[in-house]
Amino acid sequence: MRQETVTGLSVERAGPLALLQDAGRFGVRRLGVTQGGPADVHAWAWANHLVGNAWGAGALEVTFGGLALKAARDLSLALCGADLGATLDDDPLAPWRGFRMRAGQVLRFAQPTSGLRAYLAVAGGFRADPVLGSLSCVVREGLGGHDGQGRPLAEGDRLAVGPGAKKGPRGKAVPVEERPDYDAVPRLALLPGAQVAEFEGASLHAAFGQAWTVDDRADRMGVRLLGPRLRCRLTSLISEGLGLGAVQVPPDGQPIALLNDRQTIGGYPRLGALTPLACARLAQCPPGREVRLAAVSAERALAEYRRFRAKFG
Amino acid sequence: MIPAGLPRLESAGLDGWLVRLFDAIDETNLAWITALVRDCESAFGAALVDLVPSYTTLLVIFDPRVLTPAEARGRLQSLLADLAPDPQAEDAPVRELPTWYDERVGPELPRLAERAGLTEAEVVERHGAVTYRVYALGFAPGFAFMGSVDERLETPRLETPRKRVPAGSVGIAGRQTAAYPAVSPGGWNLIGRTAAVLFDRDRAGFSLLRVGDRVRFVPVERDEFERLGGDARPMEEGR
Repeated sequence: MRQETVTGLSVERAGPLALLQDAGRFGVRRLGVTQGGPADVHAWAWANHLVGNAWGAGALEVTFGGLALKAARDLSLALCGADLGATLDDDPLAPWRGFRMRAGQVLRFAQPTSGLRAYLAVAGGFRADPVLGSLSCVVREGLGGHDGQGRPLAEGDRLAVGPGAKKGPRGKAVPVEERPDYDAVPRLALLPGAQVAEFEGASLHAAFGQAWTVDDRADRMGVRLLGPRLRCRLTSLISEGLGLGAVQVPPDGQPIALLNDRQTIGGYPRLGALTPLACARLAQCPPGREVRLAAVSAERALAEYRRFRAKFG
Repeated sequence: MIPAGLPRLESAGLDGWLVRLFDAIDETNLAWITALVRDCESAFGAALVDLVPSYTTLLVIFDPRVLTPAEARGRLQSLLADLAPDPQAEDAPVRELPTWYDERVGPELPRLAERAGLTEAEVVERHGAVTYRVYALGFAPGFAFMGSVDERLETPRLETPRKRVPAGSVGIAGRQTAAYPAVSPGGWNLIGRTAAVLFDRDRAGFSLLRVGDRVRFVPVERDEFERLGGDARPMEEGR
């Protein structure tokens, strides 16, 4: 079925990285295809929610800023997540709010002042032909995105939008208590995994007791954390499936938290897995930011996740 | 057989269990793993989000809004209690990958032959003589890790991976072999190139190869390789 779409925005200037993301690509991981989807599912979900979209609609993930978009028609949008110094024409535009663009107006992102990734949703959702069931853009695999080829937005690209939701916007702004303070030191909830027992006691004490620093080797595949060297009795394993948030520890003892574009299998021992919302929070941490790991129970993590999803229907 | 103490269910986060079935790589693992894949598909239904089979394990990802981790664990335990190896695993059709073995598209072919004390023709013969099994897919869409290559051909990965390996490149790493579905970086020793299309987003099923499949590399001359749609451009200018 052909979806009714029209050009909603055109790209006046491409920033370092702007990608179309729906909820992700599922059911094909056994073929070596990664999950994709928004690195910060919390901000992505709120942006879609504000404009009245159902869970899973395509929204733009704008990393670092730099992007400029011009409206081809009047649009109802929402901006959530990082503060990338956005302006509408020349007026400052704060995140966590819905707003309107009139045809011809230009939305510009400068650079991060708080957080790393902003999410721009439009009523009706950004549309593209799905690839392997999803329009999530995975550059490394050349899959998805506005052109289906996994390319980040480039100058001159046009973004299609679907017909606006009938219900219209669900409010003007995200409740204040739902807006994370990206400048605070986050406590990232981690569910310990089976191999946690293979780490030396002192290493476990350090892993959960000391601060970690986000390395500059951080992208949508994973985020490397710098800190005390963790020692594990296992060095490498036979490759096995990796879930979202898996925290693997290579022989150098510096953990890597695996995010949406991670490879599907890998062979390093793991401390456990960050919860989906901890992954979302980590995705807003720039290099140099301090983070802490906090072990949580499956019960608590599940209750938190179900509460989160229940907000979005 | 599944070793003592296994299978074991290991937490893989809020929405996943890693089923550890074996502790070593063996061809006979595959019939058990593919059987469990099939059982999970029928037992979990719409609550199933993804499955990642690999050499000794199966990662099961479920929808945590529908099942709690404890409920998912219970379902897996009852599947494992009745698990039997897939009787059809040994009869899986053999996928043939027509491959042009040549230094121009497989620059490590001479070095691999020298290292093994074989002629290049003997390397090709030994690589093509084995019916391989697909143990895992990963690294890139449709990238199948296959084993096991003749022990004389065992070769460690390149010390410095290439930035750009052309699509179809056939390589060896350790005692595994694989063909690159698309252009990517890579550290495998390249010995040739296949004309087979390993991953196609417009084809039903997308990937030519799946875990458990049987595979043979069939040596072809350059003419035949090109006739089958292979890209014969040498490494430097290859697409």
